[in-house]
Amino acid sequence: MTLVSAASGLRRAWRNFEHGWHRITVAPSEPLEHLGAIAGLLLLLLLATGSYLFVVFDTSVSGAWQSIDQLARTGTFPGGWLRSLHRYAADGLLLVTLLHLLREFMLGRYTHFRRATWWTGVPLLLLVYLSAIGGFWLNWDQLGQYSALASAELIDALPLLGATLTRNFVAVHAVSDRLFSLLIFIHLGVPLLLLFGLWFHLQRIHLPQVLPPRALTVGVIATLGLLAAAAPIASQAPADLARVPTALHYDWILLHLHPLAEAFSPATVWLLIATVLLVLLLLPLRHGVVAPVAVVDADFCNGCRRCVDDCPYSAITLVAHPNAKAGRQLAVVAASRCAGCGICAGACPSAMPFRRVATLATGIDLPQRRIGALRQRLRQALVPGSHKIVVFGCDHGAAVAALTAADVVSFSLLCSAQLPPSFIDYALRIGALGVVISSCTEGACEFRLGARWTSQRLGATREPRLRTHGPAPHYQLVFADGGDEPALVAAIAGLRQRATMRALP
Amino acid sequence: MNRLGQWSGQLLLYAAFAATLAVFSHWPNYQHLAPDRAVIKVSFTHQGQRLGDCTVQTPAELAKLPPNMRAPTRCPRERAPVSVELDLDGVLVLRQTALPSGLSRDGAAAVYQRIEVAAGQHRIAVRLKDDAHSVGFNYHREAVVTLRPAEILVIDFDPAHHQITLQ
Repeated sequence: MTLVSAASGLRRAWRNFEHGWHRITVAPSEPLEHLGAIAGLLLLLLLATGSYLFVVFDTSVSGAWQSIDQLARTGTFPGGWLRSLHRYAADGLLLVTLLHLLREFMLGRYTHFRRATWWTGVPLLLLVYLSAIGGFWLNWDQLGQYSALASAELIDALPLLGATLTRNFVAVHAVSDRLFSLLIFIHLGVPLLLLFGLWFHLQRIHLPQVLPPRALTVGVIATLGLLAAAAPIASQAPADLARVPTALHYDWILLHLHPLAEAFSPATVWLLIATVLLVLLLLPLRHGVVAPVAVVDADFCNGCRRCVDDCPYSAITLVAHPNAKAGRQLAVVAASRCAGCGICAGACPSAMPFRRVATLATGIDLPQRRIGALRQRLRQALVPGSHKIVVFGCDHGAAVAALTAADVVSFSLLCSAQLPPSFIDYALRIGALGVVISSCTEGACEFRLGARWTSQRLGATREPRLRTHGPAPHYQLVFADGGDEPALVAAIAGLRQRATMRALP
Repeated sequence: MNRLGQWSGQLLLYAAFAATLAVFSHWPNYQHLAPDRAVIKVSFTHQGQRLGDCTVQTPAELAKLPPNMRAPTRCPRERAPVSVELDLDGVLVLRQTALPSGLSRDGAAAVYQRIEVAAGQHRIAVRLKDDAHSVGFNYHREAVVTLRPAEILVIDFDPAHHQITLQ
């Protein structure tokens, strides 16, 4: 089995898993489709609750444990509750980040135009670990003592560092208030570095979703809030460097590396970390089939900016048009960022099938699936009197090519948003009985924004808007992912029935 | 599935998320040292003696140097490695030689070893060598210690008083 076919199998399996998952969750609040945004929300929660903890925290050896411990002793709200929320948000952030990484891996979203986003995301995982583990040291309870010493032993195992860091925790007199200032600097500095890294991570994402939909935001905050109230986090006994902490109430989610180093060796843990990082960073170098990128035709591009606004990966920019009067602009496609999704072609005002030209050329188009060829195939399929239902679908959604009804003619596009809305009107004008547009659901869209743009264009809230003529819409937009073909068939049947009713005298 | 079923599924999902966090952020307890054990830590950073002897520079040698570098004696930078041995109840349990740190091998040598022992009384003997020219160890320390369960004994070196310390 080649790597490409294995990746394709994983992708199919994950799609099937998510398809089943959608049956038990509420759209548009499916958590799996918003893992990155949930991580963003948890980071925000950590910053908010952490700000409160920073105010009450005493950065001294003698005062650190007491200042945090008394939050729980003087009542659970708001201090103890916020402290618990802080810990659970940190636990959740790591879990959700790992799930986010797993999902993107399973869906094969790490090569070609997604390479830079993947590469800038992997180091963030290290920063999440580092900032989370650093938080335990500040409590300066027995768990913090154990984690600080285990972390120091792990770092000291690196060549050239010697055993100097561990000496900071070797005896009672070795720990100073200055060390605590350094620890809090790490715990504040690393999350700031994480935010900075996130900025890089999102650079090639147009309109990134940094927070989940409102219902999901409320659900996540309510879940953590209730958990913090029901099972508040309490400090363990204060740190005592003259004794080994034993029988710790252990946070296995965030601190699993320490027991691993105990069971094997710090060198083994470093080897494991290095191997995982290396594999993750080398993954994008795997070569698969690269989709041809969008091509701009300077003769038909008027620099209207619609493709720039609609491109999900910020792959299109505008430059001064070389062959036109001053002020006019021309779209330019950055090949390394282009997904080859065709959303830009669907946004182009020149992709107008009513134009009286033999060959429909557009300002921006995809060489592998040209808009002009689509018009040609549509004309051939809709011979006068055929009264067929036209289905426009997406290569990554419900399989429209498998529709077998005699009165249905289907066209699978790179993405549903590759379809210029005027094609719907055009199909109806040249004899289609009705038009069904099959789009993936928003969270499952291979190219992030395809489903949203399709919906908005057809809803006439985004350019290019759909302008239909006649009393009733003869078209229907259906959200159908792979496996949702029965829903598509039902939509076609409904459209057929409505068309028949309209035809009755 | 109808809307009610989906909302139930979503609520179950939130509950599963909360349960995962609640359980694995506390449980199971981690016991990384058995209840009847104690720990001896050998930990020090110590600069060994210089490997070579200092030499007195002649007036001619000094004259060749810039004025700010005319020190009367010249000493080689490299330091001797530091060796340590620990006997526990007459049995050698640690023998380690630490190289000086730094590119010129002129820094302190660092040793950190954690040794788990049974709680109770032990006779310990520590030997340390920091001079490449001497035969045998320069520093010795013997003691009988009683360690309670989970107690930590730190064996260090006090450079100010030139002695091995037990804390």
